[in-house]
Amino acid sequence: MIDRIGDDLSFHQAALGLRQQRQEVLAANIANADTPNFKARDFDFTAALQEAMGERMRLPNIQLSLTAARHIPAKAHAPDPAELLFRQPLQPSMDGNTVDMDVERVQFADNTLRYQSDLTLISSRIKTMMAALQQ
Amino acid sequence: MSTINIFQIAGSALTAQSQRMNVTASNLANADSVTGPDGQPYRARQVVFQMAPVPGQAFSPAVGGVKVAAVVESAAPPRLQYDPKNPLANADGYVTMPNVDVVAETVNMISASRSYQANVEVINTAKSLMMRTLSIGQ
Repeated sequence: MIDRIGDDLSFHQAALGLRQQRQEVLAANIANADTPNFKARDFDFTAALQEAMGERMRLPNIQLSLTAARHIPAKAHAPDPAELLFRQPLQPSMDGNTVDMDVERVQFADNTLRYQSDLTLISSRIKTMMAALQQ
Repeated sequence: MSTINIFQIAGSALTAQSQRMNVTASNLANADSVTGPDGQPYRARQVVFQMAPVPGQAFSPAVGGVKVAAVVESAAPPRLQYDPKNPLANADGYVTMPNVDVVAETVNMISASRSYQANVEVINTAKSLMMRTLSIGQ
């Protein structure tokens, strides 16, 4: 029963974790708005969440066990949940910096709002469960 | 606890921007300093920003804060002012003034203060998110 409660919240947990990571990436973009040659980064949240939710079905990192000296080592590497991409600059600046402050601020505010709505969803989910437990 | 990373990232930007503002203040204050301790006119200085990865961050080498890599002297030629009565004037009557571009420094100062404000806002947002996260389920 307890593991089912955990399963129930695991989607929100993954979403919240990714929102947190995205918040960090956007904060780093804003922090480096004046750094020469800094390229603004971001990731595709939908793809990252799908990847993170499909993680249970994916094989963990595995490698061949080598029993003789002439065996060739090989490793299957699972990619990280979020793949960092580069933002396409609309107005690149002379110093090679691609941070567009307006875009970053809007994305940051948007991400904040979605993080908060995730928190609200989790809270109401927990309240529902508590209500069910106390019947 | 990775919200701490946001505080590190934005905090490093605050430090870097305030250092930039310090250098600008020095340049503006010395815009007319004809001699310094070495007897030479003051030379304008500029900060060079560099990305500083935060250890422990999920995307560590690609995402990080900012640091001041160096403070370099401006290579702009000194301003020559015609003032033959000045004891520091050269044979042609010109006094070598500092190479501070007052207008550019003012713009620099405004830019630094705007960036500082943006990062303060990031910290405030991260703080309120963290407080809300701590009160999940209450």
